[in-house]
Amino acid sequence: MTQVKVEEKLFQNRYRVDAGRPHIHIKQSDLCANHCTEQQCTTCCPAGCYIAEGNGKVVLITDGCLECGTCRIICDEHRNVAWDWPRGGFGILFKFG
Amino acid sequence: MAEKFDVIVVGAGMAGNAAAYTAAKAGLKVLQIERGEYPGSKNVQGAILYADAIEKIIPDFRDSAPLERHLIEQRVWVLDDASHVGSNYRSEEFNREPYNRYTIIRAQFDKWFSEQVTKAGGLVICETTVQELLMDGNRVVGVRTDRKNGDVFADCVILADGVNSLLAKKAGFHEELKPKDIALAVKEIHFLPQETIESRFNIGEDEGVVVEMAGKITAGMMGTAFLYTNRESITLGVGCMLSDFKKQKTTPYQLLEQMKAHPSIKPLIAGSEMKEYAAHLIPEGGYEAIPPVYGEGWMIAGDAGMFVNGIHREGSNLAMTAGQIAAETLIDLKAAGKECSARNLKVYRQRLDASFVMKDLKKYRKMPEIFHKSPQFFTTYPELLNRAAHTLVKVDGIDKKTKEREIRGSFLAARSLTGLFGDAFKLWRAFQAR
Repeated sequence: MTQVKVEEKLFQNRYRVDAGRPHIHIKQSDLCANHCTEQQCTTCCPAGCYIAEGNGKVVLITDGCLECGTCRIICDEHRNVAWDWPRGGFGILFKFG
Repeated sequence: MAEKFDVIVVGAGMAGNAAAYTAAKAGLKVLQIERGEYPGSKNVQGAILYADAIEKIIPDFRDSAPLERHLIEQRVWVLDDASHVGSNYRSEEFNREPYNRYTIIRAQFDKWFSEQVTKAGGLVICETTVQELLMDGNRVVGVRTDRKNGDVFADCVILADGVNSLLAKKAGFHEELKPKDIALAVKEIHFLPQETIESRFNIGEDEGVVVEMAGKITAGMMGTAFLYTNRESITLGVGCMLSDFKKQKTTPYQLLEQMKAHPSIKPLIAGSEMKEYAAHLIPEGGYEAIPPVYGEGWMIAGDAGMFVNGIHREGSNLAMTAGQIAAETLIDLKAAGKECSARNLKVYRQRLDASFVMKDLKKYRKMPEIFHKSPQFFTTYPELLNRAAHTLVKVDGIDKKTKEREIRGSFLAARSLTGLFGDAFKLWRAFQAR
């Protein structure tokens, strides 16, 4: 089956991005690169915010985040995700919900 | 913001709005804090509204609430790759007022619900994120918001901050959620002309249909899918347990695309315009996963308390009822001049236990574990059922006795006699559990 582009879905959504203040951080990037073989955040994030780079690193861009919490909960072996809500008024703004 | 409130409600979803409204209506000094631009802008649900729960809070809600369609038909589908076996329940009784269930659009409904809180005298502040609880020893005395001088104080804080329940977690009231207790659902809303929806689903104006689905559609994971008719749109989505998502390589949006491409679903949304894509976690751990729901100066309501009945796809009604009970507990304590200590707030848990909220959760408390241990309910059985239906329906010159033997044989080959009886027993026991 054809690969789905999540960007096309996210394009329909309304966001107020808090530029320069991401609400989620990867605590230690070397932990993802050297100690996490599955890197399931890159599969499970419904907004595709986690991207596996060829060199084993995982890059996180929170602009399209749907604020579900999946990444925090599935990273249960390494607990390498620092997760908080965006500042009030920022982030995803559901039109329908 | 140095004034003190009777209660601070964190979150303006179903539980938060029910709690804030009930407390404000009784004359309590209520502050409700919501991080979204407006109440509803962070909230995601299918969504179906259960009239009974909201009616007990706002009896005349039908006069002003934004409702989409009242439901007259329930379809349950078990899907294989290219087919489904289904059952329909449609009744003219559901066409008699007062209607029992409605489809709603949460961003609109929650905005309306919040307006009722304001009308009842509650103070609602949006675009404000609560960062942590303010403690005096082990007692919650208020919340710290991300506004300037943003500390606010109250006798009691009701945590209706949703499934992630970050505030209680930060305060150490409960641990991090486990992947096996949480489902991830993704959904889209598709717009179509009203007449198109009504002809495709064989319904009249205002009438609606629910389709609940299970089977191959979740790619072997423990989960379900749904499709609901709104007035001029269709919402559809699929959800699976995070513990299962963790073990495989299909993205949630791929799963959703596969669902939309299924031959039983594709024609229903053909020609539609997709206008929003959302994702949300659903707390499906059941009774055994419920955290402590009260303590010194605090109560938890809604998804934050794991109040979801996964078997019956109910959550918003449990949330509303829990929010209402939390507020009533507080109202009674205030009237009696009692403080909001854990000892006194214990009444909240007792009243929840006596309500359908805990009774239903308790009844199905073995379900999550059984389903986790029995992937065959989501893989083998849907396939067997669909193949059996195909064998029976197809006319090909083979006599019926041979066909029956073939079907029996396929079930035995897949699960063995002990397996079949074991599965039946497991389900029976899980539904009987008290």
